[in-house]
Amino acid sequence: MNPLTLDFMQRALLAALLVGLAAPAVGVFLVQRRLALMGDGIGHIALTGVALGFLLGTAPVLTAVVVATIGAVVIELVRQQGRTSGDVALALMFYGGIAGGVLLIGLSDEGTNANLLSYLFGSLTSVSPQDVVVISALSAALLLTVLAVGREMFAVCHDEEYAKVAGLPVRTLNLLLAVMAAVTVTVAMRVVGLLLVSALMVVPVATAQQLVRGFRATVLLSLGLGVVASTSGVLGSYYADTAPGAMIVVVALGGFLLSTLVGLLLRRRLVAEVVR
Amino acid sequence: MHVSAPVVQLRDGVVAYDGRVVLSSLDVTVTAGEVVAVLGANGSGKSTLVRTVLGLVPLAAGSVELFGTPLTRFSDWPRIGYVPQRVGATTGVPATVREVVASGRLPRMRRLRRASPADRSAVDRALEVVDLADRAADSVATLSGGQQQRVLIARALTCDPDLLVLDEPTSGIDAASQVALAEALARLVGRGVTVVLVAHELGAMHPLVTRAVTLADGRVLHDGPPPALDHLHLHDPEHAHPHHDDRTPADGPVRRVSPWGLS
Repeated sequence: MNPLTLDFMQRALLAALLVGLAAPAVGVFLVQRRLALMGDGIGHIALTGVALGFLLGTAPVLTAVVVATIGAVVIELVRQQGRTSGDVALALMFYGGIAGGVLLIGLSDEGTNANLLSYLFGSLTSVSPQDVVVISALSAALLLTVLAVGREMFAVCHDEEYAKVAGLPVRTLNLLLAVMAAVTVTVAMRVVGLLLVSALMVVPVATAQQLVRGFRATVLLSLGLGVVASTSGVLGSYYADTAPGAMIVVVALGGFLLSTLVGLLLRRRLVAEVVR
Repeated sequence: MHVSAPVVQLRDGVVAYDGRVVLSSLDVTVTAGEVVAVLGANGSGKSTLVRTVLGLVPLAAGSVELFGTPLTRFSDWPRIGYVPQRVGATTGVPATVREVVASGRLPRMRRLRRASPADRSAVDRALEVVDLADRAADSVATLSGGQQQRVLIARALTCDPDLLVLDEPTSGIDAASQVALAEALARLVGRGVTVVLVAHELGAMHPLVTRAVTLADGRVLHDGPPPALDHLHLHDPEHAHPHHDDRTPADGPVRRVSPWGLS
C-alpha cells in the first residue's frame, strides 16, 4: 500500500519535513557554541512537561513547551552566572526532568508505558491534525526568527565578549536561543521523540561540516540533510514498523559516516594537488 | 562631538574577583591619537584593565568614561573596535574569514536588512588592511595563528572605529606575523586611530607605541614613554613613579617596613 495515501502518514511526513528544517536551523547555533548536548537536556526536561499534561488532562504539547522553556531559560541563566557549577546544574536538571516525568506519568490515569514510549522515541500514528497545526506554526516561527536574527545570533555564538563590545543585546539573544531550543524540542518530539530530538539538531550540522567551509553553507546544507533524514526515516519506519525517531537518527548517522568518508577523500585529493 | 574629551578615562578604578582585589584605585587616561601599550607580568591586571574599560568586567568602585560619556550610558559602540585574545577565533561550526569579519559590521547595519554595498565594501577594506583579501572564502580554522589574529583585527575594523583595543595581539605568533600585524596597525595609526594594546612584550609593535603603562599587582608601576627595546621592565629611573606608596614589585628590593610600622 502506498503510504502517501494514508492520512496519518501524510501528517507524519509533513511534520517530519518541518522538523527536519527547524531542528538543524536552531541546532547549528548550539553546535557553534559547543552546547550540542543542550537539546538533550531540554528533551529530558520536556518529559516532565508531557507527564504534567497527562496529569492535568491538558494537551501534553502545551505543557511540554512551557516546562521545556522554563528549563531552558534556567539552564541559560545558570550558564550566564556560570562559574563552576553550571555543568552539575545541567546534570541535576536532566535527572530531575526524567524522574519527574516518570513519576508524574505514574500518578496520572492516562499515562501508560506505551504512551510514554511514543513520546520518548516518536510515533507515526500519534501525530494528530491539531499537532500538525501546532508543529507548522511553531516551525514557521522558528525559521522566521532564525532568518530575522541569524546574523546577530552568529556573532553572539561565535564570540560572546566581542558581541557585547559591539553593543549587541547578548543576554536577550542567548535567552532567545534557549527558548528556541526548547520550542524545537517540543515541536520535534512527536516525530523524533524526546530522547532522540537532539540528534536531529546536531547530526545534520556535523554532517554538513564535513563537506563545506562556511557557516552559511553549513546551515543550508544541514537543512537539506535534516529534511532528507526526517522524511526518509519516517517512510522507512513505516515499512520496517519501527519507532520513527530511531530510524531518522540511524539515517542521519549513516549520512554522517558517508560524509566523513567523502570529506576525507576530498581533503586528501586537495593535499595531493597542493603537493603536486 | 567631544573633541577635547579623552578617548578613555578610568578614575579610581577598583576591580575585585571573589573578594580578591585585581585592580586597585587605578587612574588611566588615553587621549586621541595615542598608541598606548599596557604592559605587565601575568596576573598584573593588564587584561582586566582593558576589559574593565570596555564594560566586560564590572567595576567595584570608580568610573569609566569613553569619549566623554560614562560607560553606563555609552552606546556608540561602533566607535570602538575590540580584538579579544585569540582563543575564540574558531567555534564548533566552521566559518569563513569573510563571515567572521562581516559579523563585525553588525553594529552599523540596520536590523533585518540585507548587507548594503557600503557594508560589503567596509568588509573588503578591512580584509585588505590586514592583507587577507585572498583568503576571504577560506575557513578560519585553516589559517595560522597570526592570520587568525588578523581576522579578528579585520572584524574590529569593519565599523571604522576611532579606538582599537587589542588584548595580547602578539602572543603565540611568530616573528614574521608580528611584523605583518605591526604594519597593519601602523596603517591604522596613520589614519588617526587611537590604539590601546595589551602585551606581554612589545616586540615588533615597539616603534608604534607612544606610551607604555606598566602594571604590577593591579597598580600602575610606570606610565610614560615605552621602555627601551632590550630593557622592557620596570625600573627605568627616567620616568615618574606615580604610586610611591605602592607595594614593591616582586623583583625589586624588599620594602623595609616592620610589621609594627617602625622602620
